[in-house]
Amino acid sequence: MDTVKLNIDNKSVVVKKGTTILQAAKEIGVDIPTLCYMKLDDLNIENKPGGCRICVVEVEGRRNLAPACCTDVNEGMEVKTHSIRAINARRTVMELILSDHPADCLICAKSGNCDLQDMAHNLGIRKLNYQGEQSHYREDTSPAIIREVDKCIMCRRCEMMCNEVQTVGVLSAINRGFESVVAPAFEMNLDHSVCTYCGQCVAVCPTGALTEVDETAKVVRVLSDPTKTVIVQTAPAVRAALGEEFDMEAGTLVTGKLVSALRRLGFNYVFDTDFAADLTIMEEGTELLNRIGKHLEGDKDVKLPILTSCCPAWVKFFEHQFPDLMDIPSTARSPQQMFGSIAKTYFAQKLGIKREDLVVVSIMPCVAKKYECGRDEFKVDSNPDVDHAITTRELAALIKLSNIDFHTLPNEEFDNPLGESTGAAVIFGTTGGVIEAAVRTAYEVHTKKDLPKIDFDELRGMEGIRKATIDFDGIPINIGIAHGLGNARKLLEEIQAGESEFHAIEIMSCPGGCIGGGGQPYHHGNADIIKKRQKAIYQEDSKKAIRKSHENPHILKLYEEFLGEPMSEKAHHLLHTKYFDRT
Amino acid sequence: MSKIKSLSDLKKIKEEVQSKMKLRENSDNPEQFVQVKVGMATCGIASGAKDTMKFFIEELELQAVDAVVTQTGCMGYCYAEPTVEVILPGKEPVVFGYVNKNKAEEIIDTYIKKGKLVDGIIPISFKTIDE
Amino acid sequence: MTDYRMHILICGGTGCKASESNEIKEKFNHFISEFDLEDEVQVLFTGCFGFCEKGPIIKVLPDNTFYVSVAAKDIEEIVKEHILKGRPVKRLLYKEPVSGEVISESQDMDFYKKQIRIALRNCGFINPENIEEYISRDGYMALGKCLSEYTPEETTNIIKDSGLRGRGGGGFPTGLKWEITRKVESDQKYVVCNADEGDPGAFMDRSILEGDPHSVIEAMAICGYCIGADTGLVYIRAEYPLAIERLKTAIKQAEEYGLLGDKILGADFNFKIELRYGAGAFVCGEETALIHSMEGLRGEPTVKPPFPSVSGYMEKPTNVNNVETFANIPVIINKGAAWFSKIGTDKSKGTKVFALAGKINNVGLIEVPMGTTLREVIYDIGGGIKDGKEFKAVQTGGPSGGCLTKDFLDTPIDYENLLSAGSMMGSGGMIVMDEDDCMVSIAKFYLEFTLEESCGKCNPCRIGNKRLFEILDKVTEGKGTLEDIDKLKVLSDVIKDTSLCGLGQSSPNPVLSTIANFEDEYLSHVEEGKCPAGQCKSLVRYDILEDVCNGCTLCFRNCPVGAITGERRTPHFIDQSLCIKCGVCYDKCKFNAITVN
Repeated sequence: MDTVKLNIDNKSVVVKKGTTILQAAKEIGVDIPTLCYMKLDDLNIENKPGGCRICVVEVEGRRNLAPACCTDVNEGMEVKTHSIRAINARRTVMELILSDHPADCLICAKSGNCDLQDMAHNLGIRKLNYQGEQSHYREDTSPAIIREVDKCIMCRRCEMMCNEVQTVGVLSAINRGFESVVAPAFEMNLDHSVCTYCGQCVAVCPTGALTEVDETAKVVRVLSDPTKTVIVQTAPAVRAALGEEFDMEAGTLVTGKLVSALRRLGFNYVFDTDFAADLTIMEEGTELLNRIGKHLEGDKDVKLPILTSCCPAWVKFFEHQFPDLMDIPSTARSPQQMFGSIAKTYFAQKLGIKREDLVVVSIMPCVAKKYECGRDEFKVDSNPDVDHAITTRELAALIKLSNIDFHTLPNEEFDNPLGESTGAAVIFGTTGGVIEAAVRTAYEVHTKKDLPKIDFDELRGMEGIRKATIDFDGIPINIGIAHGLGNARKLLEEIQAGESEFHAIEIMSCPGGCIGGGGQPYHHGNADIIKKRQKAIYQEDSKKAIRKSHENPHILKLYEEFLGEPMSEKAHHLLHTKYFDRT
Repeated sequence: MSKIKSLSDLKKIKEEVQSKMKLRENSDNPEQFVQVKVGMATCGIASGAKDTMKFFIEELELQAVDAVVTQTGCMGYCYAEPTVEVILPGKEPVVFGYVNKNKAEEIIDTYIKKGKLVDGIIPISFKTIDE
Repeated sequence: MTDYRMHILICGGTGCKASESNEIKEKFNHFISEFDLEDEVQVLFTGCFGFCEKGPIIKVLPDNTFYVSVAAKDIEEIVKEHILKGRPVKRLLYKEPVSGEVISESQDMDFYKKQIRIALRNCGFINPENIEEYISRDGYMALGKCLSEYTPEETTNIIKDSGLRGRGGGGFPTGLKWEITRKVESDQKYVVCNADEGDPGAFMDRSILEGDPHSVIEAMAICGYCIGADTGLVYIRAEYPLAIERLKTAIKQAEEYGLLGDKILGADFNFKIELRYGAGAFVCGEETALIHSMEGLRGEPTVKPPFPSVSGYMEKPTNVNNVETFANIPVIINKGAAWFSKIGTDKSKGTKVFALAGKINNVGLIEVPMGTTLREVIYDIGGGIKDGKEFKAVQTGGPSGGCLTKDFLDTPIDYENLLSAGSMMGSGGMIVMDEDDCMVSIAKFYLEFTLEESCGKCNPCRIGNKRLFEILDKVTEGKGTLEDIDKLKVLSDVIKDTSLCGLGQSSPNPVLSTIANFEDEYLSHVEEGKCPAGQCKSLVRYDILEDVCNGCTLCFRNCPVGAITGERRTPHFIDQSLCIKCGVCYDKCKFNAITVN
């Protein structure tokens, strides 16, 4: 018998063998509360330590209460999910958690968005019967992530993401008993560890223990400075998710409102990172064709596959973990950094202002971008190409702080010359998008023919590792795609072993790509939200008039007026970079 | 030592060792040894059993007594450590408790050499599976 | 060599000495010299015979006559009748209480049948570092028998039929566990011996490993044969260096003799054993935490199912058993399941090793058949309470168990009885407490231990135990309220009901059992601010009696915190807010002017 029949709250349900009580209950509309449990369907990510003991239910014949998330159903099981014994146990467990948690909800960064706060509210906690000593730890600030360790409730989600999904291995449980907490080894600071700042820990933390560094105050200050010209660039993934911060349905495209909000905030020019994405394709596509071309001619020294390099967490990952492969990724900078570099030279010149008087702010779905803009190689005489990177969440906070009613905003257009972008640029926000954009351009440049079809469905999807072979007019080019650093590691190990079959690989640190980034509105464990954002990205691409990067007229003008041609010396100086061994 | 290849080989070894031990215990045999077993589990060692054992070995050698002094595990009388079992040829084993150097000397002079029992014997309080 | 024809052994245990054994010895010396028997009869004191309620005890060798309740006035008769004429004095012999039968030889007494050494059969008899001594006592015969005469299934059935249950505390039927592991299909299986022994005060496993390591090795090989494993792992706590050494030596010798390795005893069976070391975590005695510790992961339990028998070490079927459980296996094979199942009670077969400790005379290791009562263990074998004090409670099961009062002394020891009495068997620690032990302090002591040892994974244990401890601490400081006692009960129940593993599920047991059995002590702490046993330092109050104190300043000069004030020759005074209750003033006062409450 492959199925099991049981009763939950006196309702009968039939499920497959191996289903947990939690899953079976969901099928009949019984929503057992959970705290540490988290499952991101389609991304194959599950956190099931069975440690919070909030989801405990009564099972007839069982001596103690059973954790619904990790107890498989049995034939004839009688489950009571809200008996007084179960409710009493849940509330006592919650009271215990709260008794060891700082009571600063009112000023906590997660207030209103906190799983613990919601759970305490749902359980109706009105009194804390057990009070006593609280565990205290050192707070840790890094360029991108803040750890307020006192707020950790040992749900182990961050540990799971960091070790099993990202395979970076920075966070794990340390100490024992009451002192136990999740932290880097020897309680070292994140910025001394191999942390890549991918921010996936921040994305899944149910409390305010892990948040991003808040730079909204800096942005407000800089916007109020009359001596500065402040320009802003927005990443593609932001427009597909910002609406969620204003209670819009996941996957609502809000590009037009995003632009008008930024104008109302006071930015002098509202530009689009997508413009720089097109630029990235020009440079990286050329690099790709150069390398593949040499390889096809029989050059044994040329390194293949070529790896994309626009993700700063991914860059830090291979600098720490695969320094022997440092000459394999593309030397092109990320769109954020290319933008900043061009803005503070080309655009500053056009405006006739000094570099120091131009401030570049970026809106990113990512927390690693905060770290990236602080890297020394992206500064000129200590003046960074990008001054501040703030997350989608921080932008929403800024909008609310500035009394802007998001819902009634009109749709507006980006400014030029750094605001026009193609469909290929928009899809940078999703896994598979960067390489598809590169292929669209590489194909036409190499074959000198028009693309038979612009959409490359074979490069799209949500599986962690995807492969496809694109026919470049008779030459098969093998493309590999990985999202989530654990999947990236697998492909890198193949390269190390000399067994890689690919010519080009796209790597994104975050599951789903940038749309699932650490700075996006919290998904609270609902992977469907990420899928809807992905759909919105491809939708925007399909609506664009120009969908190939090399057809962007402003890009062409930029090369004509300023850069010369892709991989020129100037382009090399401004738009390419090198990597560092961080072992 | 060559490996034991079968159950019958194992039985042979058992019989050999057993007969050797019987030889020792049999008072008719000229090869009579006194057996001294010192309890050398952690509780014994913590109470000084290592010194006790050293003393027995050296003193019995000095006094030219034919004896075999070996270590053994915990006899269970943890309140009376160090404990020592002495088996004189042909006699029942006797367990002594609180055996420090002085007591050891008394046991050698009085019991081992003269057969006269000494104060402080611990009566055996259990059955073994062979009884 | 002097050749005495008779030895008179007089019990020199505390109980008998408190009776008349000294006078008895004098009388013997007197009459023996009167009858010129000095060269024939030796009289001496022995250690405690254990039969204290029947003391003074006298044993006569070589006939092994055992006299009980002897008085000094009986000695003349004993010398005249028994020593001179060879006629034992019948009225002084032991009478079996139920049958009325007169027993003259100690070997036949029920008292001597109280301890049967099965797991400890070789401890104290062989040199553990000499494999041949083990072989001479039937060592490795059981393994040989299984390999040559029984199939794995038949061997498993023998263990099942014996009724052996896990001796680590869980009491799960061993044969059944072996059978379940045997039936799981896998290319690799493991036998694991749990030698972590984390219970404070427990040393049964240590003694077995130090005294008879080969019995465990042989049993693990037999288990491997049954379940289809070729690798055994012993997880032993690093705090047992001697046991580790003895085990290493034993494994090496077994390998040299071909009793471990390939084609053991000529059969198509390979087995090897490796050691893995614990790192000081009580929680790693829990089988899933133990397995994860061996895998190099954090020593935290994981949810069961899946059970280790199905998916354990490296996710392969793994059979985890305690050291003492293994020690019983060779005997069961050699003597048969029927022999073993005759010992013990209906549901709990065989014997159990206990580490008797606390306020008892004969502290040590004992092994008694299941069904022996607590009274027999404490008074007969243990020699009764030290210093003649009153028995108060006996704690079994370590930090997971409970405290039983004197009302439970006649409980026959077995898994079910101890559970229904409010405690549990545990791994075999048995701590006896007397009137000077404060039960609230005892509960706090155990809770402090489990709090420290909690792995921290689940909320009820990590935070709940901390809160529980804080409330108990309040009570011992005299700051508790009646509401706190209710809170202790309520919180304990939730912690037991929701914790992930056995540690959390049983850590509130000492609290719950002491509240149930010693409620008056808790009330005394809470309502009167008094500790009846005088153990809780914060509730002890030192006062100077004004009318007795003559102002000698001795206490004032010795107080380490300057809490005493007073001029010479005037009554002194203790400032309670500064007093740290060290008791130095009380000890120093020569005039009994200081009271302790």
